[in-house]
Amino acid sequence: MESQFILEINGRKSYINEVFNLMNNNKKDTVIDTNIKRKHKLQAKGVKVWYDDFMAIKGIDMNIRANKVTAFIGPSGCGKSTFLRLFNRMNDYVDGFRMEGEILKDGENIYGKKVNVEQLRKQVGMVFQKPNPFPKSIFENVAYGLKIQGIRDKDFLKEKVTDSLKQVALWDEVKDDLNKSALALSGGQQQRLCIARTLAVEPSIILMDEPTSALDPLSTAKIEELIYELKQKYTIVIVTHNMQQAGRISDYTAFFYMGELIEYDKSKKLFTNPEKQQTENYITGRFG
Amino acid sequence: MNNIKKNRLKDQTFKVWGIICTLLGLVLLSIFIGSILVDGLQRIDWDFITSLPSRKAERAGIFTALMGSIWILVLTTIIALPLGIAAAIYLEEYAKKGRLSSLLEVNISNLAGVPSIIYGLLGLEIFVRIMQMGASVLAGSFTLALLILPIVIVSTREAIKAVPKSIRDASFALGASKWQTISSQLLPASFGGILTGVILALSRAVGETAPLIVIGALTYVPFAPQSPMDEFSVLPIQIFNWISRPQHGFEVNAAAAIIILLLITFIMNGIAVYFRNKWQKKLY
Repeated sequence: MESQFILEINGRKSYINEVFNLMNNNKKDTVIDTNIKRKHKLQAKGVKVWYDDFMAIKGIDMNIRANKVTAFIGPSGCGKSTFLRLFNRMNDYVDGFRMEGEILKDGENIYGKKVNVEQLRKQVGMVFQKPNPFPKSIFENVAYGLKIQGIRDKDFLKEKVTDSLKQVALWDEVKDDLNKSALALSGGQQQRLCIARTLAVEPSIILMDEPTSALDPLSTAKIEELIYELKQKYTIVIVTHNMQQAGRISDYTAFFYMGELIEYDKSKKLFTNPEKQQTENYITGRFG
Repeated sequence: MNNIKKNRLKDQTFKVWGIICTLLGLVLLSIFIGSILVDGLQRIDWDFITSLPSRKAERAGIFTALMGSIWILVLTTIIALPLGIAAAIYLEEYAKKGRLSSLLEVNISNLAGVPSIIYGLLGLEIFVRIMQMGASVLAGSFTLALLILPIVIVSTREAIKAVPKSIRDASFALGASKWQTISSQLLPASFGGILTGVILALSRAVGETAPLIVIGALTYVPFAPQSPMDEFSVLPIQIFNWISRPQHGFEVNAAAAIIILLLITFIMNGIAVYFRNKWQKKLY
């Protein structure tokens, strides 16, 4: 009788302990979770990509930090652009595209079944290699992203357009010609307009696919300056062929080669003291 | 050295040959137009355009045929335009690339090459008989709409295809849906090209005779159509009718009517060229 009682108490004790442990664990888990959310804006988990039979990404795991500039470098065809375009699902329209693994944004899989792709792209903006303004007026270019959300309030649109153009330091150059065709602008101005257009819909992440490769050095400098300012508010991922550029503007750099992530580190470290031989070969210009 | 001379000679020969070919077409066309003008220009006046047909050549006019052509033109546009553009958008933007879509594509291209009289037979059976429209303007318009549909579809697809991919990308990247991208970027950007194709197709329709004769368009109508269900004639049929008469007066009438018909097609082609140039400049 006595022994049975002790057993029971012991049993309860272990049960209570278990509950306590569970609660503690849960608490610990949530702390870690928010940490990840704050630190890692984007995460790739075991990502593989095929175009028909060609394997473009061969299994990449990667965490991209919030409010930092992360640069993707690597030779042509290494998969860095493909990888970048996974984050706003721009590969979805490519014929023969197939993918495995997960891409998490703020901890949520953006390739999940319930994800609204249009909504995702409002949060993950993109700037392309060649400036691609719409064949419309400057105002219409910036307002487009808002108008397709159904926003018609003219004062609000005007305010947003002004704000966005000011953010990219284009306002002073174009404030008198808002109704002029965007195609009349110079290449550098067009690219800043494209960035303004992206900012207007208030994304939290901006993907840039070689945004300065079609621009002259002066326009490039302006865009780089802009990127530096934008990282206060946005998480920026930039693909670049220009290693000096990656070194100048990025906090972290990832080196891709043949569909694999070879090395990923703080830019300072990666460019001065890379761990892998391949990285060193590439950044010293021995190949690529 | 010898080789270079030989190449230059070939170059020159081809250049001359090209000029001859080009001139041949132009000369034939101008001879044709010239002789028509000589025959018919004297006959054209306001009365000729506003008069009803008559058994007497001097009193006969093209009013009913002209009105019939205009009715046909307007109704054909209303029918063919939305169908053609919608089909083109579907094929270009929505249809999955695969065996089915390439089968559709091949067939649409084939349809563009089917002789127009076959369309007339199709129209006679489906619109005139089964749908009981009779030999009406509406039946004629449906038949011609069917005839130009492949042309509208093909040219619209080409126009949409010509819009740079970067514009599509930009629109999608801002969170636009497919339809938003189509309606607010692709269609406005390809508007000029679509319009060009449609106008060229219509100027073909306005000259068609065979399918309309098959569905039973009249050669003699004493009244202009008042509604889509009325019987009708069109300019080419009127011309055909006049030419087949023995009296010289009607030959002159035919020449005059040809001038009017040519004028209509030239104006339509001119508009098409104008829009093409205007919109092409805008895009790039």
